[in-house]
Amino acid sequence: MPLITYRQALNDAFAEELTRDENVFLMGEEVAQYNGAYKVTEGLWKRFGCKRVIDTPISEAAFLGLGVGAAMMGLRPVVELMFWSFAYVGFDQIINNAGCIRYMSGGLINVPMVIRGPANGGTNVGATHSHTPENFLANTPGLKVVCPATPYDAKGLMIASIRDNDTVCFMENTLLYGDLGEVPDGSYTIPLGVADVKREGLDVSLIAHGRAVLTCLAAAEILATEHGIEAEVVDLRSIRPLDEETILNSVAKTHRAVLVDENKPFCGVSAQIAALLAEHAFDDLDAPVLRVTALDAPAIYSMPLEKLQLPDAQAVVAKVLSSF
Amino acid sequence: MLRIRRFEQQALKYYNQGIMGGFLHLYNGQESVAVGTASLMNGHDEIITAYRDHGHALAVGMGMNECMAELFGKGTGCSKGKGGSMHFFAPDKHYWGGHGIVAGQTPLGLGLAFAIKYKQINGCAVAFLGDGAVNQGVFSECLNMAALWDLPIVYVIENNGYSMGTSLERSSAVNGSLAKRAEGFCVEWATCGGFDLYELRANLGAAMERARKESKPMVLEVSTYRYYGHSVADANAKKYRAPEEIELYKTDYDPITRWQNQLLKEKTVTQAQIEKIDDEAKAEAAAAAEFGIASPWPSEESIFEDIYHEVDHKTEAGQTGRFFFSE
Ligand SMILES: Cc1ncc(C[n+]2csc(CCOP(=O)(O)OP(=O)(O)O)c2C)c(N)n1
Repeated sequence: MPLITYRQALNDAFAEELTRDENVFLMGEEVAQYNGAYKVTEGLWKRFGCKRVIDTPISEAAFLGLGVGAAMMGLRPVVELMFWSFAYVGFDQIINNAGCIRYMSGGLINVPMVIRGPANGGTNVGATHSHTPENFLANTPGLKVVCPATPYDAKGLMIASIRDNDTVCFMENTLLYGDLGEVPDGSYTIPLGVADVKREGLDVSLIAHGRAVLTCLAAAEILATEHGIEAEVVDLRSIRPLDEETILNSVAKTHRAVLVDENKPFCGVSAQIAALLAEHAFDDLDAPVLRVTALDAPAIYSMPLEKLQLPDAQAVVAKVLSSF
Repeated sequence: MLRIRRFEQQALKYYNQGIMGGFLHLYNGQESVAVGTASLMNGHDEIITAYRDHGHALAVGMGMNECMAELFGKGTGCSKGKGGSMHFFAPDKHYWGGHGIVAGQTPLGLGLAFAIKYKQINGCAVAFLGDGAVNQGVFSECLNMAALWDLPIVYVIENNGYSMGTSLERSSAVNGSLAKRAEGFCVEWATCGGFDLYELRANLGAAMERARKESKPMVLEVSTYRYYGHSVADANAKKYRAPEEIELYKTDYDPITRWQNQLLKEKTVTQAQIEKIDDEAKAEAAAAAEFGIASPWPSEESIFEDIYHEVDHKTEAGQTGRFFFSE
């Protein structure tokens, strides 16, 4: 299998889908002639033309809403947010319209749209540019939320998301765009709502999504070599639908859970999983469910402090050791 | 127009009895705008509006039964009791709702126009908004994008002079025309009266035809008036407008009376025919209310239906998403 970047994997997914279905179009700030602020859409405007790959003005509310309207009419918009932090300007369109129209119309109207872009901290750009709003989005029944950690997952999940008949909020990570991974040529899909066990283990379950999965894999390596602890790493891949079965099966096997989350702890994704385990895995647990999350403050600009704010492998290792 | 008015009068009756919930934003006095537009739709045009949507719904041909049942929150309602007064939809009739967030529908209208152009259809989108909605930023964003991309959309501002209890004078910095704001985006605009159906149709028709033929946006401001409060629950309904003002509109500007007089003058219809149409509308509305009341509530299971397409279409569920709910 060819080794390509996360960015290229997404780019391949768009090219496949733009070729396959003429109802698919890409839209967003700088996605076309500029080739994408993060080069995720590089070359697509040249290849598919300005009807299919479209630069928008800086008008998040209007172009997100335009996407919803076009999707209602059967088109399949893939709308880029330069950062998910900017989604808040268009949250009305995402939550009230994309999220609710199917329900409020009694199932008459679908909104088959992908809203995508990077959502991450850790890039030293301060509070307004470091939001990871997957918890807000997943809190809206009607929206799906997908967070791939690897190039292979990014491509398969993106193709599945474009073909999905509901609105998928697809959350990438600028720190992953350059990561390499094995990705097959051609089309393949990864179903939304199916987690992936990225490393098998018997002693503790590390449960995470997005870049935190890589943090967990690094921590698992340290735990194995330095402490003889075999950690299982569960990559959620999608937050909603959430693959509760895989989470519960893993914890039933390891009897310990440490949740790792670059989201804030308060009402965050890890809080949801902790509740799931409290309700359904209480008897399986040999230790309390523990969490390693972003610190509960707006993202700080100052570099060394920002580093403290996001979970790293050492923090995960320390938390795991504290549970034994 | 008579059907809309009689429908809403029935709704008002049951709302006041407390057996209908939610908000009820009546369209009384503005009926000509929805009817004028629907009469001009060519089969490829798409329309969308805000929460004062009963008139648009009935004008495009939605049935009184399904609409009334929706107001009662019944499973037989057009949105299965999940939408309510503000959220009627009929995509098969090119009618995209019914939206409760002020101006939130304006970019959706842009999306309809975008799809029309993308699919190379000979149609246009018509998006309605109120005089208050004009002040939302997203509407200005829409005008910019509509002009930038030559999208075939007509924004119809139904200017009834008030956004809830705030008069136009107190909400808009620009005196005179609201549509004039379109100039800032090089979008063509016009104003017209909404009280005379012929004048209204002429202006609307020209705007829609231009949108279809030249794929250009336009803003048309229609002056109109509502007789009731902002919603039936509007506690200050009688405080922010002089009773004489309301009376004047009812007696001198009512679009239904005006059109009836016009038709009588033209000898297109007789007084007896008008009365017959009105009687039929009343009977239809009364029967619809009975239908709504007699209809069953939605099933409890339906709470979890219509959220995700995959959940409702079980054959695909295996491929996309397995666990949506904890139970
Ligand atoms: C974003 C938003 N803000 C406030 C409201 C509450 N609200 C509903 S209708 C309305 C007045 C809107 O007036 P206008 O656009 O003139 O329409 P009209 O009621 O006159 O038809 C307000 C303030 C809302 N639904 N959405």
